[in-house]
Amino acid sequence: MTEALLSWSLLAAQILLGLAMFCAAWRVLRGPRAQDRVIGLDTLYVNGMMLLLTFGMRSGTALYFEAALVIALLGFVSTAALAKFLMRGEVIE
Amino acid sequence: MSRILPHPVVSAALFIMWLLMNQTVSPGPALVGAVLALLGGWALALLRPGRPRLGPARAVLRLTGVVLVDIARSNLAVARVILSRQKSHYSSFVHVQLRLRNPQALAILACILTAAPGTAWIEFDPEEGWLLLHVLDLPDQDSWAHIIQNRYEKPLMEIFP
Amino acid sequence: MSHAADLPLFVAIPVALLVLAGAVLTLIGSLGLIRLKSFYERLHAPTLGTSFGIACTLLASILFFSVQQSRLVVHEVLIGILVVITTPVTLMLVGRAALHRDRQEGQQEVPPSAAPTSPPE
Repeated sequence: MTEALLSWSLLAAQILLGLAMFCAAWRVLRGPRAQDRVIGLDTLYVNGMMLLLTFGMRSGTALYFEAALVIALLGFVSTAALAKFLMRGEVIE
Repeated sequence: MSRILPHPVVSAALFIMWLLMNQTVSPGPALVGAVLALLGGWALALLRPGRPRLGPARAVLRLTGVVLVDIARSNLAVARVILSRQKSHYSSFVHVQLRLRNPQALAILACILTAAPGTAWIEFDPEEGWLLLHVLDLPDQDSWAHIIQNRYEKPLMEIFP
Repeated sequence: MSHAADLPLFVAIPVALLVLAGAVLTLIGSLGLIRLKSFYERLHAPTLGTSFGIACTLLASILFFSVQQSRLVVHEVLIGILVVITTPVTLMLVGRAALHRDRQEGQQEVPPSAAPTSPPE
């Protein structure tokens, strides 16, 4: 009973998060401008991180948590670098 | 005391973060964490960020509660705007005059406004104190300025005197 | 999912509800990226997922692993703190970059400065 409940709700959440990732990816591909793509990429990162957390609950291991932590860190750094690039046209000056 | 622990809050936060990452409180990792916390505090002292003086703890807690309630409310409001079939919202830029000048308080205000869905901090002019906001669903220009000045700016001025 | 079989029902129900609530909020936020019309409107959409969406998912994860391993598992708090601190910073950076670019191109929709051009009163 509990097993079925958890497994179905986690599956539903994963499908919803997959759809959310699809929306973000659509924005990355469509643009129309560079800042729209950056926002889409940032959302894609966060959605992917949440998807990994649900995978962790499904498999019952803490391994996915580490991956989610790394994604959270790298997503922030890359979005900040991209925003800097949009502002000045170069990352390191 | 202040030479060994120049920034006690930062050191404590580093120590707790280390324990959380290791998921244990056994002596080995705790010792490494303590060393890390001390080094982090010293490194921060070398940068001389200046020490913020905090006001009463009750004001901090009250502001936290207000912010949590506001974020929950604006979550629902923005979800309704996104899901509504016809275009029922009117988004625009809003100019707000702030009296707040403390850089730490301004940073916290920026985080609050951007973390709440429905408002985004776009630009701040530190000389005149004008803040440029983008608001997703705008009833009218003045009400947002009053909300920000009364709900967030006043408690922040109390917390950072 | 055999590792979840020994979870009591009164824990499984909140976990399931929290996971679903987090996923729905995140999906609505990402849907906003498609449905909202201008860039500055779309800037608001991701915060739906990064405020209460991520909070619900992390709470579910904390509850699940704490009961499953019958000890307090709170390392998810780290992700929460990280997301709470970094999301406003990235959105502010992207917003300012977009404003800078729009002003350089001479777009009429964005205000020319933070101070209003014709001050009220």
